[in-house]
Amino acid sequence: MAEIVIKAEKLTKRFGDFIAANEITFDVYAGEIFGFLGANGAGKTTAMRMLCGLSTPSSGKAIIAGFDIYKQTESIKKNIGYMSQKFSLYEDLTVIENITFFGGIYGLSDKEIKEKSEILIQQLGLQGVTKKLVGSLPLGWKQKLSFSVAVLHEPKIVFLDEPTGGVDPVTRRQFWDLIYEASDKGITIFVTTHYMDEAEYCNRISMMVDGVVKALDTPSNLKQEFAAGTMDEVFFELARGAKRKGD
Amino acid sequence: MKQFLTFVRKEFYHVFRDSKTMLMLFGLPIAQITLFGFALTNEIKDSKIVICDYAKDEASQQITYKLAASNNFSIEESLLSHQQIEEAFKAGKIKLAVVFPVNFTYDLLHLNTAQVQLIADAADPNTGSTLTTYATSIIRDYQQDVLQSKSLPLSITTEIRMLYNPELKGVTNFVPGVMALVLMLVCVLMTSVSIVKEKEMGTMEVLLVSPFNPFLVILSKAVPYFALSLINLSVILLLSVFLLDMPINGSVVLLFAESSLLIVTSLALGLLISNSTASQQTAMLLSLMGLLVPTMLFTGFMFPLENMPMPLQVIANLVPAKWYYIIVKSIMIKGLGFSSIWKETLILVGMTTFLLVVSFKKFKIRLG
Repeated sequence: MAEIVIKAEKLTKRFGDFIAANEITFDVYAGEIFGFLGANGAGKTTAMRMLCGLSTPSSGKAIIAGFDIYKQTESIKKNIGYMSQKFSLYEDLTVIENITFFGGIYGLSDKEIKEKSEILIQQLGLQGVTKKLVGSLPLGWKQKLSFSVAVLHEPKIVFLDEPTGGVDPVTRRQFWDLIYEASDKGITIFVTTHYMDEAEYCNRISMMVDGVVKALDTPSNLKQEFAAGTMDEVFFELARGAKRKGD
Repeated sequence: MKQFLTFVRKEFYHVFRDSKTMLMLFGLPIAQITLFGFALTNEIKDSKIVICDYAKDEASQQITYKLAASNNFSIEESLLSHQQIEEAFKAGKIKLAVVFPVNFTYDLLHLNTAQVQLIADAADPNTGSTLTTYATSIIRDYQQDVLQSKSLPLSITTEIRMLYNPELKGVTNFVPGVMALVLMLVCVLMTSVSIVKEKEMGTMEVLLVSPFNPFLVILSKAVPYFALSLINLSVILLLSVFLLDMPINGSVVLLFAESSLLIVTSLALGLLISNSTASQQTAMLLSLMGLLVPTMLFTGFMFPLENMPMPLQVIANLVPAKWYYIIVKSIMIKGLGFSSIWKETLILVGMTTFLLVVSFKKFKIRLG
């Protein structure tokens, strides 16, 4: 079995009386594409924020890239990448300035930034627009760029919070090509999504309902288990019992 | 350190690329200083007056020249009768009339006393009394000249000397006030909006997930605004010295040091606002409403604090700009050194420390 890079044990987050994430337990293996699914308000983002060190858990344990989530957040931060739900580059900075900035705050040297940005621009086909403001690019390009920037420092794990919201299926497919490439390089992908076709692209998926992980397996096993033809049906079957309304 | 510089550079990009920010940063101080310096001054310039000279002798002529030379007055015409004066007032053409009686010089030199009649349009009582004060002081000035040259026995004259502001310039009040206003407004508004913008755009999350120290995020946001505020301050000072003839009697270094202190206070306040709000609009509104109005009201440069009811005077003590205003006036106009303003400085330092501690505490909570 491959090395475990994310180990969550009974991870819980309470906001007053409300339990956003209730004793979630799972392992994610190195190089895996792990899909983190759930309806709106199921607690996906809360769980992800705890794993990234953005939010302190109320109870439970978690080890990220070999580091403790309570005591070693600084070491965790160096080993993860993050792409937020909101598109997270600076719109008033050019493509190259964004790359330089994010490379810079992750402590890459000027030489590394230069080399990596050249490869990245080549890969994304952004040669003509490096000096254009990011705000003027189409959304699909921004998202691809945002992802590439999130993995620029070659983290062990990259967390993607609904990375493909609002783009067409073709662009989404291209985005997933990037994810596969990163995965081939050994980067573990932890991704939340609403799109069930994207769920099919994952190696394994977990389903969250009302703050609890209801199911965790490969897409094909899940379909078998729920006697469903598509992931859509699996999702529907699981989410039907949800008491929380989406926000 | 390199990470820090990368961040600071990014902040400068933000500032320079946003035309609205640039306008706010550099347009606002220039507009305000010209507005307050010229339009909102309570000094009266070029008031139209008439001279009604029944004497037409040496003394009356010389006083007329003196009045004409003053830039407070511009002599419309010389009239011959009281009748005409009244008509001119009724037509609203003039604000003041100066009437010399016959035998003016003779009376002055031989009887040692002569009368000049000043008739002012008191429809606006403030303007009226200000104008008569100006005219009286010009006439008294002439009287002094005569006394000296003729070496006549001393006669009693009242001497009014306006300390620090002999010409009763309004600018001296406004410039320190505008300095306080602009520094507060620009620093508080800019920092709070720029931090909230990161939250709104979602980039704050990315920054907090990165190994970059969150406190450095704040610090690197403060650096560009601090630097730009100092430039701003220099622009205001240059404008006031060369355009408005405002003196800087004290130490410029001390003035910049004290201003830096107010900038830090404002940055801390901006940070506090940004921690308590989630949208740029709220941050902007809070900064404007929460700062512009109190700074205007409670600094003392528009409305004298002494005339306010006690509760308001107490509230005024909580406004940092009030203390800064006292400091700037002491340095620029009175030319005083640090020993005279250490108390105000200490209060400002105290406020700043308090604001910094509170906002950093709040910031830390948000990370949890």
